[in-house]
Amino acid sequence: MAQTDTMILNMGPQHPSTHGVLRLELELDGEIVVKATPHIGYLHTGFEKNMEYKTYHQCIPYTDRMDYLSTVSNNLAFTMAVEKLLGLEVPPRAQCIRVIWAELNRIGSHLVWLATQALELGAATPFLYAFSEREKILDLFEMASGVRMMTSYSRIGGLMADLPAGWIEKLAEFIREFPARVDEYETLLTKNPIWLKRTKGVGVLSGADALRYSLSGPNLRASGVNWDIRKQSPYLLYDQFDFRVPVGEVGDTYDRYLVRMIEMRESTRLIDQAVRVLPAGPVRSDNPKVVFPEKERIKESMEDLIHHFKLATEGFSPPAGEVYFSVEGPRGEMGYYIVSNGSNMPWRVRVRPPSFLNVQAIPFLISGKMVPDVIAIVGSVDFVLGEVDR
Amino acid sequence: MADLLKCPLAERERVVGKGRAQVIIELTKGFWLTLRRLFSAPITIQYPEEKRPSVPRARGLHRLERHENGLERCIGCGLCAAVCPAQCIYLEAAENTEEARYSPGERYCRIYEINEFRCIFCGYCEEVCPVDAIILGPQMEFSKGNPKDFIYNKERLLVPLKSKGELPASKDAGSRSSSGLVASPMS
Repeated sequence: MAQTDTMILNMGPQHPSTHGVLRLELELDGEIVVKATPHIGYLHTGFEKNMEYKTYHQCIPYTDRMDYLSTVSNNLAFTMAVEKLLGLEVPPRAQCIRVIWAELNRIGSHLVWLATQALELGAATPFLYAFSEREKILDLFEMASGVRMMTSYSRIGGLMADLPAGWIEKLAEFIREFPARVDEYETLLTKNPIWLKRTKGVGVLSGADALRYSLSGPNLRASGVNWDIRKQSPYLLYDQFDFRVPVGEVGDTYDRYLVRMIEMRESTRLIDQAVRVLPAGPVRSDNPKVVFPEKERIKESMEDLIHHFKLATEGFSPPAGEVYFSVEGPRGEMGYYIVSNGSNMPWRVRVRPPSFLNVQAIPFLISGKMVPDVIAIVGSVDFVLGEVDR
Repeated sequence: MADLLKCPLAERERVVGKGRAQVIIELTKGFWLTLRRLFSAPITIQYPEEKRPSVPRARGLHRLERHENGLERCIGCGLCAAVCPAQCIYLEAAENTEEARYSPGERYCRIYEINEFRCIFCGYCEEVCPVDAIILGPQMEFSKGNPKDFIYNKERLLVPLKSKGELPASKDAGSRSSSGLVASPMS
């Protein structure tokens, strides 16, 4: 019997379906993947190390740039970790707005996932539809923060600024229309025979394996494990809102798709509830040692001006200690582990990255599969390379 | 994981696309949707002929503001350079004299440089400026051929004086500072 040689095929780093610059080294036996090795690091920027040389306020814009599709949950995890370290209370209005932003960001991130996943499997229409909806979310972000993606809207002790006039109305318009848009995506995909053939039973991941690979977020839930940090250890106001956590049954690409579709609907409901209870009041806590005073005040009060100068030049020094705080990001558990030695800069910042762990499961998922399925599976686990490499 | 409550995917039938009739029905639904969308108004903007309107809080290219009498607002305190996470601002302050007066107070900014290559447009400089001198404007398009052109010095950043005696072009300086880049209850 003739011995056949395997072939090495590099998928990426410039492959359109690797969502960034991931190089997958595939060892192929014909059309079957024998072994897959992800090579990461092309986007390494040293964020974690950089943050050791920045004051806590200065770290916030860095967190945006890791997972550039879920900037809000990055900001949120970091700022809330620092707030936990400081024992700082955040006003209820700021908390409520943070919930709205986090859920908007989840929808936006899932829309990008849906768009790219559909495009990679040959459906170009959902791509255009999803991006046109995401545009509205980015417009909302831009209206309140001034930029579309790197918002840095969540700050230590509150928010960058209050919502501008007319924002809530624009948001209400979006959440009124959005469920119909999700229906459209589902019309195009959920029962589409080609979509079913490409996704059903492809890349099955059991709940035990998902836990073994430390997966979190939609990937873990699609595998049948009901684990959502918003439910398990509620932060912000999540315990006051009514929302369901979708859990898959099979753990295949199709379940990962369905879970994200339902999450988008549940996020819309969450935003709707949060808007209804949005309290009035300040959006920053009133702690002049940590939080920048309002700009009008520094023009009148000498004491506030001194605090302002001190904060801008030196920052603040939290007590020595360590803290871990995680939020449920669109891709999974987004956590920050911060060690403070009592100085004005973190001694160490470690990110618990959902994308990195998602990439870790890829070799297991695609070994023994056909090459066309590689695209479907790699896309379905949803990762952003900026956060994998950091 | 027995303690974790398990709720199955929301009431959702899981149709496997088998049977030719089912295939045709589902494909027709999809095509019907795209056909309907074909007749809806396009949302595409014909950039660059047509541009998106900028928002009041836009964080684009910096500018240095002037007072209404034409004097520079910047007093060279250096807070912007200190807070900048990307360390892209360099400035040197100097004393105003009776012969050469640049800003109302004692000190003015002699050298002010922003490396727009390094800048990440976080807007911290604008937020911390105690005299509302540095503003991030709506200008987002300033690509250039020469990398050296991205180091903006004070002359390029300052809002130009139109002519002597005329009010300078700091048209919305006052409205911007109260428009919400600092935390102020607005609505």
